[in-house]
Amino acid sequence: MKVGYFTERPYRWVPEEALFENHAFFAVSNKYFDRDKGADDYNYFLDEACYAEDLGFDAVALNEHHGTPFCMGGVMNVEAAILARITKKVKIVLVGNPLPVIKHPLRMAEELAEIDLISRGRLVAGWVRGAGSEQFFNNANPAYNREMFNEAHDFIVQAWTRPGPWRYEGKHFHYRHVNPWALPYQKPYPQMWIPGVLSPETVKWCAEHRYPYVGLGTAIGPTCDLWDIYDDEAAKHGYQAGSENFGYLIPTFLAETEEKAQELGKGFIYGGGQTAFSRPEHTLPPGYNSKSAIRMLAKQPGGSWLGVSQTKLHMAQEDPETAEQEYQEIRRKLSESYKKAQKGMQIIVGTPKTVIPKVKTLPQVLRPGIFIFFHIQGPVSNADRMTSMRLMANEVVPVLRDYAKELGLADPYERTPGEARAYAGAQRLPVVDREPLATLGLV
Amino acid sequence: MTQWKEETVKVAGADLVMVKGGTGRPLLVLHDELGYPGWMQWNDALAKDRTLLIPLQPGFGKTPRLEWIRSYRDLGGFYNMVVREMKLDPVDVVAFSASGFTAAEMVASDPKIFSHMVLVAPMGLKPNEGEILDIFPLTIRTLLRRTVAVPDETSEFGKIYGGEMTPEQFEAFEDARAETARIGWEPYMHNPSLEYLLQGVKKTPTLLIWGQADGVVPKGCIAAYQRAISGAKVVEIAKVGHRPEIENSAEFTTAVKTFLAG
Repeated sequence: MKVGYFTERPYRWVPEEALFENHAFFAVSNKYFDRDKGADDYNYFLDEACYAEDLGFDAVALNEHHGTPFCMGGVMNVEAAILARITKKVKIVLVGNPLPVIKHPLRMAEELAEIDLISRGRLVAGWVRGAGSEQFFNNANPAYNREMFNEAHDFIVQAWTRPGPWRYEGKHFHYRHVNPWALPYQKPYPQMWIPGVLSPETVKWCAEHRYPYVGLGTAIGPTCDLWDIYDDEAAKHGYQAGSENFGYLIPTFLAETEEKAQELGKGFIYGGGQTAFSRPEHTLPPGYNSKSAIRMLAKQPGGSWLGVSQTKLHMAQEDPETAEQEYQEIRRKLSESYKKAQKGMQIIVGTPKTVIPKVKTLPQVLRPGIFIFFHIQGPVSNADRMTSMRLMANEVVPVLRDYAKELGLADPYERTPGEARAYAGAQRLPVVDREPLATLGLV
Repeated sequence: MTQWKEETVKVAGADLVMVKGGTGRPLLVLHDELGYPGWMQWNDALAKDRTLLIPLQPGFGKTPRLEWIRSYRDLGGFYNMVVREMKLDPVDVVAFSASGFTAAEMVASDPKIFSHMVLVAPMGLKPNEGEILDIFPLTIRTLLRRTVAVPDETSEFGKIYGGEMTPEQFEAFEDARAETARIGWEPYMHNPSLEYLLQGVKKTPTLLIWGQADGVVPKGCIAAYQRAISGAKVVEIAKVGHRPEIENSAEFTTAVKTFLAG
């Protein structure tokens, strides 16, 4: 198993009221950005990644979001390039570059090749479609998002493998001279791990390309369903999926005492948590989602889908002004959701003693070959962040590694995803173990 | 109420669904970016002496999407083919909002295609003053309410958009929004070259209708069309927003009928 460390690199200094007033992280005015604090934090987070390496994590993962204090990784390839130089051993995992948002796959091929070369082959590329809000931020036409994602990916693979110069005239991208001089250090190119939040289309695409799919803290039951979809699709393509095809990322926060851990963990819901990343009108730009996804949303009154419930959709037409008394109500609801998220194992909070059994449940059920800890969000001090990391690395990770070995969870470097052949007519093997879910009340 | 029916016409390489009702000379009606809301009072008023032909835009749910249409100019070219193949030209047209953009593209490429052109709060030209409302970062409910000046006092608004949205309506709106984004995302709901191409349109009688409380299309768009099409007439309707046809149906239909009779 490859064990990774991840943080969104949150900007921790926006007043909570500003987030409440805005009803989300996206679209908070950048008047709240303090240049000195920003400079300190960027440097701190680079140091933190080095600390993760020192503590023995196999990988540090980076991501990218735009126009939001939720994540300072606006251009994560910049950070990846620095880490390529200042770290020695860790894999640098990108989860992932938003191809339709960046809209320049040739430039992307060049950037990543440089990073892979500087790191001498430690890059793991990953691709995402970009959040709904980022289609607005980057003026990327959401109706072409999926097409642009597919085309950009196919182009990059070609740019890394087909000797140039050659001409490319696609639907969305056009290049008259493709000949990137620097090619990735890894031959033919770095592994690609694809993060996702429960999109069946993405899972099928991963299975077709034999890329590991990394569930981003997704609910365990539906994640099992998606693993099955992947496995079915893998069978169609003639291979048996295994732990090397799956990854899972889980928010985990530790402290010396339960009380302290609970206090720190609240950072996860700071300003509304992940589900309040953006408002419904930003989460669902036109054409961004497939017809089946839209149909699913339309038919789920009161239900929730990708963090957008019908209730939230209704609320979105109301006047966004929020009165002080409403803040208390928002805080109360967030506090409830914090408890609920822990109960549903969508976040894990506690001391090493209380965290270990929960962390072990995930590989037992989901059997991933990649396990990434998503670290503290919100206004938590550097010292507390580092204590949490130390506890994680020294007390939780060794137990996890032993357990993964016991379960035989190979990672994508030990066993190439897609190499286990499936024979015609043979029934595919199970990729998950749902049995513990009933005991945990997660069915 | 006038009888109307929905039929599929095989035309211009498409299975174009078209609403047809009324009697008399054809009147082409191009619905707006939210889709065809159904047969309304104003349809009835105009259908008394005209045959209304209302094509349902490709990609909006009923007429299948045409992959090759990637801009309003493409869409205008498609409708040009429709009009010619159906031997309707020259035809009178009433076009709403984003379809004002479509109609303008049509007439720019073929100045003889329309005998009269009515553009109601048309998009398509970048205003010197004001901005066309960015409709994409809005939920459909918010957008619908923004289209009229006083939603609760507009009876036909309540009739077509009141109550809980059904899953089918939600899906239809999402289809409309997606197709509009596909062809109008950038430059946002306008074509920088259109104002130059419209200068070749000298002889098409043109009426521009605009509600003085329009929160979607600013008056600057009307001014831009006036600059581009010399002799274009303007009718402003007080106290209505972006949907004068339902907010003040009487004044709207009078303006259209008077103009078409001229």
